Amino acid sequence: MAEVTEEKVEVKAKEPKEPLFSKKNKKLLTDPLADNNPITIQVLGICSALAITAQLKPSIVMAISVVFVLGIGNVVISLMRNIIPSKIRIIVQLVVVATLVIVVDQVLKAFAYTLSKELSVFIGLIITNCIIMGRFEAFALGNGPWKSFLDGIGNAAGYGVLLIIVAFFRELLGSGTLFGAKVLGDPIEKTGVYAFGYENNGFMVLAPMALITVGIIIWIQRSRNKALIEDH
Amino acid sequence: MAINTDKNSYTIIFAIAMVVVVGALLAGISSVLKPNITANKITEKQQNILFAMGVTDTEDPNEFVPAEKAEELFNKYVGDEKYIIVGDVAEKTEDAFNIEVKKENDKLKQDPNYKRKMPLFIGKKDGEEFYIVPMRGNGLWDAIWGYVSLDKEFKKVKGAFFDHKGETPGLGANIKEAYFRDDFIGESILDAAGNYKGITVKKGNGDPKNVRKDDNAVDAMAGATITGDGVTAMVKKGIKMYQPYFATLKK
Repeated sequence: MAEVTEEKVEVKAKEPKEPLFSKKNKKLLTDPLADNNPITIQVLGICSALAITAQLKPSIVMAISVVFVLGIGNVVISLMRNIIPSKIRIIVQLVVVATLVIVVDQVLKAFAYTLSKELSVFIGLIITNCIIMGRFEAFALGNGPWKSFLDGIGNAAGYGVLLIIVAFFRELLGSGTLFGAKVLGDPIEKTGVYAFGYENNGFMVLAPMALITVGIIIWIQRSRNKALIEDH
Repeated sequence: MAINTDKNSYTIIFAIAMVVVVGALLAGISSVLKPNITANKITEKQQNILFAMGVTDTEDPNEFVPAEKAEELFNKYVGDEKYIIVGDVAEKTEDAFNIEVKKENDKLKQDPNYKRKMPLFIGKKDGEEFYIVPMRGNGLWDAIWGYVSLDKEFKKVKGAFFDHKGETPGLGANIKEAYFRDDFIGESILDAAGNYKGITVKKGNGDPKNVRKDDNAVDAMAGATITGDGVTAMVKKGIKMYQPYFATLKK
């Protein structure tokens, strides 16, 4: 929670006009990609990371949808931050996410029907993605629209990048494909690496392996940047 | 201008305004996108029907025909062979495509005397006839539906496609998978005496490879008993309704 108050205080002191991509603004965008990644550091949004990362394609669509929802949502909340009644602010936030998610869902249904069937329930689940409500509450309610936009895009991209990394390994090791293309050869015809007795690891397709993959990424990240390790 | 955002009256006005704005926005978007979504649903139905009669993507036999070719192929294989059946009387009409099994089920529920309209599609491929029956039932969590095509003696299943709204991924959701659906192909819907029996999704029927095509049973999916039972009930009821009509055709 320390982080939250810090961010809110930051704005109270009205800063003089700063360039659009000042150092601080750039940090808003890049920080969540690595050192403050919503999944590996804040451990938010894990549920959807488990559910949809068995293949690359849905992961990328999910990443794009979350970038859209969080980018726009943060701006909307930020623009309304001074008129939102504090008593019902969580409800207002939910309404904003839900509206945006319905828009995404309808657009997918209209223009990418097969994909929307594949993602079916997960698009709806964006509403419950903790990252979104987290950023609304912690950042957009206390910061200007431009900053909120950068923060939203940054955090959603950090989430998306991780989804894509996890999905890459799960699809490659679990099904031997990338974007559905058989990059490792054909397991039934025994071509490519399968000719040498390689087998797909069916375990990778199941949800628990997403957790373990995320765990390995957290491990690698923290062993490279010791500052991220909490001292318990 | 500072607004007192803590006042109750303000909170209520804000909430009302928000609901009105959001409602109008969503209604607008929905009506703009509706034609596209409806077109997609029609395409999907055509793809499903074609799939049940074995017209699939040439590259991958487990895929639908490409969406942009669905209409053309549907006209080629099914054309205007669309019928609405009431009892044992069939009427050839384009309207058959728009009949929703779900709505007919609901009407029957409200009025037990209602004579349901049953859509039937007859496809022709390589000189063979496929009688395609749409059906709808309940899985474990939500609706399941499918299209089953029968041969012209109404003895055997020639093809099937099943889909679901929200069955458990990896368990009940497997009714969509080829290994489950393909077991239905060639399976007999009549018992040895020639009476209608349907097809049972059965645990431990000692026939995992589905060699016996005349035992009216296919192998169940592990961990998805209730979804499997749902498929059994749906197929059994779904084809049974058509029996009076099929009987007149057999004569």
